[in-house]
Amino acid sequence: MEPVIQITREPLNREALVAAVAAPEVGGMVIFEGVVRNQARGKQIRYLEYDAYPEMAEQQIRLIVEEARKRWGAERVAVAHRLGRVEIGEASVIIVVATPHRAEAFEACRYIIDTLKTTVPIWKKEVSLDGEAWVEG
Amino acid sequence: MRYFAGLREVVGQDAELLTVPEGTTVAAARTLLITRYPRLQPILERSLCAVNREYVPADRTLQENDELVFIPPLGGGAA
Repeated sequence: MEPVIQITREPLNREALVAAVAAPEVGGMVIFEGVVRNQARGKQIRYLEYDAYPEMAEQQIRLIVEEARKRWGAERVAVAHRLGRVEIGEASVIIVVATPHRAEAFEACRYIIDTLKTTVPIWKKEVSLDGEAWVEG
Repeated sequence: MRYFAGLREVVGQDAELLTVPEGTTVAAARTLLITRYPRLQPILERSLCAVNREYVPADRTLQENDELVFIPPLGGGAA
């Protein structure tokens, strides 16, 4: 299937992403959900703000998903990333990988999230009690 | 030029037209921007370069209508 790729200001819908990759041949589904937490580097976080270069982000995610398809045969993948203000406890990113067997789904999901964080132009700003700053690395 | 994240906040706008002589490289455009916005220097020196939505090396020569974007470091978070 064509991968589902969403870069959106709306809250992410995990159930819809799961439904999008579900299929009779699927035996294992791995869901990674990145959630905003209340502290980072010793600071109390109030919320995060995500910004993206949306057209390039989508293109980069497409390349990553294509690589996961080649390496692990991951044919059914959904990737969604939230933009704008995201509150503590809300999901900022969800990746769902569905494969016939679980091993490939775990490997491909791990690869997709790790690579996404290093090559996809999406930035996060931490807004804490002390002020705000774009996060690097 | 389009600006995102920290770069956009310093420049104060999303995009602008950059007119440069023929044969200008991405690296030269970066130097020009630092002259125009000295506060960009620390971020630009750590940024990757993209032309038309693909990462390119800094010696890439710019063409008319290219979309040039400097990509500040990505804040991935610990694995």
